[in-house]
Amino acid sequence: MKIKLLFLFAAVLLTTSCKQEHSTTKIEGKRLDINDSLETNPDIEAYIKPYRERVNRDLDSTLAYAAETYTKNDGEYNTAIGNFMADAVLELSNPIFNSRTGNNINIVLLNHGGIRSIISKGNITSRTAYEVMPFDNVVVVTPLKGQQTKDLLSFLASRRRAHPISGLKLSLNPDFSINEALINNTEIDYDKTYYVATSDYLYNGGDSMSFLRSEDGTHYDLEYKIRNLLIDYFKKIDTLQPTIDDRFIQLKDN
Amino acid sequence: MKRRTFIQQTTAAGTLIGLGGLTLSSFSSQTAKRITILHTNDVHSHIDPFGPNDGRNANKGGVARRASLVESIRKDNPNTLLLDAGDIFQGTPYFNYYGGELEFKLMSMLKYDLATIGNHDFDNGIDGLYAQLPNANFDFVSANYDFTNTVLDTHVKPYKTFLKDGVKIGVFGLGIELDGLVGKKHYKETVYNYPVEIAQDMSRILKEDEQCDLVICLSHLGYYYKKNPDKISDLILARQTKDIDLIIGGHTHTFLPKPTVEKNSEGKNVLVNQVGCYGLYLGQVDFYLETGKEKKAEGATIIV
Repeated sequence: MKIKLLFLFAAVLLTTSCKQEHSTTKIEGKRLDINDSLETNPDIEAYIKPYRERVNRDLDSTLAYAAETYTKNDGEYNTAIGNFMADAVLELSNPIFNSRTGNNINIVLLNHGGIRSIISKGNITSRTAYEVMPFDNVVVVTPLKGQQTKDLLSFLASRRRAHPISGLKLSLNPDFSINEALINNTEIDYDKTYYVATSDYLYNGGDSMSFLRSEDGTHYDLEYKIRNLLIDYFKKIDTLQPTIDDRFIQLKDN
Repeated sequence: MKRRTFIQQTTAAGTLIGLGGLTLSSFSSQTAKRITILHTNDVHSHIDPFGPNDGRNANKGGVARRASLVESIRKDNPNTLLLDAGDIFQGTPYFNYYGGELEFKLMSMLKYDLATIGNHDFDNGIDGLYAQLPNANFDFVSANYDFTNTVLDTHVKPYKTFLKDGVKIGVFGLGIELDGLVGKKHYKETVYNYPVEIAQDMSRILKEDEQCDLVICLSHLGYYYKKNPDKISDLILARQTKDIDLIIGGHTHTFLPKPTVEKNSEGKNVLVNQVGCYGLYLGQVDFYLETGKEKKAEGATIIV
């Protein structure tokens, strides 16, 4: 019994001495800037160096020139940077798709959130493509039947975001209903199958664009990374100067 | 026999009272303790600083600079925790070339204590994340992702506790719904559980069972969704839970100049903080605690 008591005593001692009562009296919160006023830690810097050199060798040759700084926030329903990306996907993917299937890509649909960086005015390098499109997403083409086409339009109308599109023209009424929708500048034929190029991320359910997936799962993986496509596009052009246009707009009340 | 039990009980009770007095006298110095919480979120592989010609973040960020800042804060207060709220991966070619190896190695060199998992940390698939774990000398926590049927099973714990200067700190992790955000082929059999009930369980376990003095939630749920206010977010979580002192958030790349003070389900203060993205800022929250002191009814003074 003595041993038992001793044990009990020890246990009580242990728990009480481990557990002190603390009460928070004051909390201070702030945000610290990481900028060039701070010293660079030499060990970290030295550790990064070989990794950086290898990556930079690949990335820093100039491919084109950006006339302005382009951001995904510079337009309401369509942006210059988004238009350039969707147009580039159409221009460079269609020859591949056409040679494989004999069909043409009618529409391109990407996602606004997928534009991961601005393009700064000045030299464009492969690095620019990595910044804008860091993901290893590839171009996927999927056939759209009538109902899916309708779903695509109502998705764009309800989301009210500048998701990059090409080949499609959409205007919304002030109440966000669809005023006019054209594919390749002609009236939409809901009995027709349209081919939409998108990314594998969106095709696989990203950003809730479930209409992209057909019932039987037919789709064509072009095995062309969107980032590589952008690099190829930059190599083709001399100056990048995309514009905001009327491909996706909302009519205002007069 | 009956009598013996009785003595045993009274002796035990007597010991408790005696010890209570002992505890009080030995810890009655009432010196304030300071626990510093440093945090990042959504660094997205931004290892190098932005260049001088960057259109938006010129000369900002950089891991080697963050390292010296963290080092000087740790020198000032060794009772510091360094935490990350997820989306460590994806955003610069370092990730595309090395798959997250350098990010984890550098975070280990900076002595990160703990991180949670963001949606982009699945970008090379759950197998890609698993493959990089040996490069991380810190743990990952997630309480609402069930990894039972995945390679991450047993590698990610719901929470972790730390003891700093006698102050017990419990940190649990919460992740965002993956369906619709990450391809199924990437997250595989990871199961997402709704965060509110999980957080309520966690704060109870950490406060009552683990007897933590501070409870921190490391969240990748997002700060708040203005267009979708019912969607679970850090602000909603703060309002619907109790016994959480600080929610460190991520995902929405929200640049809060200072922590938001929100009321929890008991009307007590919770701090919610998030420092944007890309390692442009480091968040710092200092908790001052006193020992052997009655809890103030009005709660702690908050200076933000």
